[in-house]
Amino acid sequence: MLEKAFKGGQKYWSLLLGLAILSGVGFACFMLQLNQGLKITGMSRDVSWGFYIAQFTFLVGVAASAVMVVLPYYLHHVKEFGRITILGEFLAVSAVTMCLLFIIVDLGQPMRLLNVLLHPTPNSILFWDMVVLNGYLFLNAVIGWTVLSAERKEMPPPAWVKPLIYISIPWAVSIHTVTAFLYAGLPGRHFWLTAIMAARFLASAFASGPSLLILLCFLIRKRTNFDPGPSAIEKLSKIVTYAMITSVFFLLLEIFTAFYSKIPGHMHGFVYQFAGYEGHAELVPFMWLSVILSVIALVLLVPPQFRNNEKLLKIACLAVFFGLYLEKGVGLVVTGFIPNVFDKVTPYIPTAPELAITLGVWATGFLIMAVLYKVAIGVKEEIRA
Amino acid sequence: MEKNRREFLKIGGISVLGLSALPVFQALAQEKGPRYKPDPKALKGAQWAMIVDMKKCWEQQEKRQCKDCILACHKIHNVPDIPDQKREIKWIWLEEYKHAFPDQAHEYAPEKVKESPFMLLCNHCSNPPCVRVCPTKATFKRSQDGIVMMDFHRCIGCRYCMAGCPYGARSFNWGDPRPYLKPEDINMTYPTRRKGVVEKCTFCYERIDEGLQPACVEACKVKALIFGDVTNPNSEVRKILSGHYSLRRKIELGTGPNVYYLI
Ligand code: SF4
Ligand code: SF4
Repeated sequence: MLEKAFKGGQKYWSLLLGLAILSGVGFACFMLQLNQGLKITGMSRDVSWGFYIAQFTFLVGVAASAVMVVLPYYLHHVKEFGRITILGEFLAVSAVTMCLLFIIVDLGQPMRLLNVLLHPTPNSILFWDMVVLNGYLFLNAVIGWTVLSAERKEMPPPAWVKPLIYISIPWAVSIHTVTAFLYAGLPGRHFWLTAIMAARFLASAFASGPSLLILLCFLIRKRTNFDPGPSAIEKLSKIVTYAMITSVFFLLLEIFTAFYSKIPGHMHGFVYQFAGYEGHAELVPFMWLSVILSVIALVLLVPPQFRNNEKLLKIACLAVFFGLYLEKGVGLVVTGFIPNVFDKVTPYIPTAPELAITLGVWATGFLIMAVLYKVAIGVKEEIRA
Repeated sequence: MEKNRREFLKIGGISVLGLSALPVFQALAQEKGPRYKPDPKALKGAQWAMIVDMKKCWEQQEKRQCKDCILACHKIHNVPDIPDQKREIKWIWLEEYKHAFPDQAHEYAPEKVKESPFMLLCNHCSNPPCVRVCPTKATFKRSQDGIVMMDFHRCIGCRYCMAGCPYGARSFNWGDPRPYLKPEDINMTYPTRRKGVVEKCTFCYERIDEGLQPACVEACKVKALIFGDVTNPNSEVRKILSGHYSLRRKIELGTGPNVYYLI
């Protein structure tokens, strides 16, 4: 089946080339980082996790969202999703790959990565995060590939994938829950120390991932002969709507708890994000942009006549994706360190090499996705023809 | 040819020696318990603790800007002197009251307390979050005496422990620390670190195991630092704690810090 990835038009190849160049630049910067150490990033003693871990956190959500097409199709027999489950699974494969790459580029000693397996430490959430992420990658790669091969032969998929599919559903929830636990279980980091963290992560995941999937479906419909079908997109857009409402609601719950209790530690993070704290306001424009995007998204998603309008739906999906990206992929992680444990502010601004490495990892992920989607769509076109 | 034969004999000799040593190794390996013999002089305690008598400390700080403990600790452990505050490494350091005790500080505290810096170091917590989160056991609690240890050679540099420690007691080597050491000052009996690993105070476990007090305690001329076993009712630390009111940092977090402050 892989041969399908090698037969493509000029647009396909230039896309791959562009992505490859970006990941090459990222890789070169990573080599520099290996040589110099993480001092080439903007991180510091006070803000010891930065952009890399934030991207990882956001992308876990994108990965987990595959379950939003798999679950209705396999558990509730929503036929419309049959055509796009593979797209959801392959999106998960590329998103999890990016997550793992972001963890690797964030390590001070990446050559010692295997220590996590050589000295398994069940009391560390990071150990479990490794387990669930790798497991999820494996599940989606195997399920996606097997189901697609069967589809190509126009046969039902082999019986042994069924249990894997069922396992993959709670597993998707686990990757995001465990990632939330990375933050939610730390004493002294008030901004993260909230029992609702995992729920918030899941809500935003089920909004951001499917909205990306909708955008990809539109793109695929325009560029290839494969049509994911309007009803699949319509169903997905409903999922995005409910998930986005829940996500905003959960955020408001946090804000209520912080500001009604008036406990300083719980308020400071939000104050830093939205108003600036002790003269530091690095995140303020981004966080307000995130709020504006979320409001736009809700206005366009909630009334059905807007949601069912393709143009508006596209805008809404972009707003959801970037709004949540700013919240999780820019704000959440850094704010946990500001103010720091001494109640001081050390601002964090990512450096150019750090951004290049980040972009390189994203490009690698999209490269993998482009190839996998090419194969999947090739098969779909072939059986239709 | 001549040289080759010599090499051959040498290797052969070593191999024979090695083989004859094998039964000894096996016998040693089968033995249960520690694989080395502890120094009989080693200090013994079930949970080490430190008392910092701030009155004595402040007197010295005023008198001669005393930093004896910091200098002693950082010198003996090859702690690099990195000027950039964002990337610095510190095992024991001075911090203002309102930053050391952000949850207890109030504006009506005595001027003296508000204005004078406190001596901070790793608290060797009874229930340390840094140990809980470390995915490789590079940070671990020594079972015999509760020292929170750091294995520089195992650490993968994930910095989870830094997010976990609520006391800012851990430093990360953002770059190679060695250029920040003066070659003539390097202590050859203690390892230097490399980039990409975390480090912190280890209560001088290497000195305790030889029967010595921690370097900072030894360096303090006025005995403002007192070290001892807090589980032993007859120890000096216990006597002081039962006679004075003392403070610990962020006790509401339940980590059980073992550094006490007398004011
Ligand atoms: S003070 Fe920080 S580094 Fe030291 S034991 Fe406690 S949590 Fe760990
Ligand atoms: S940085 Fe090192 S010591 Fe800290 S949690 Fe990671 S592996 Fe453990």
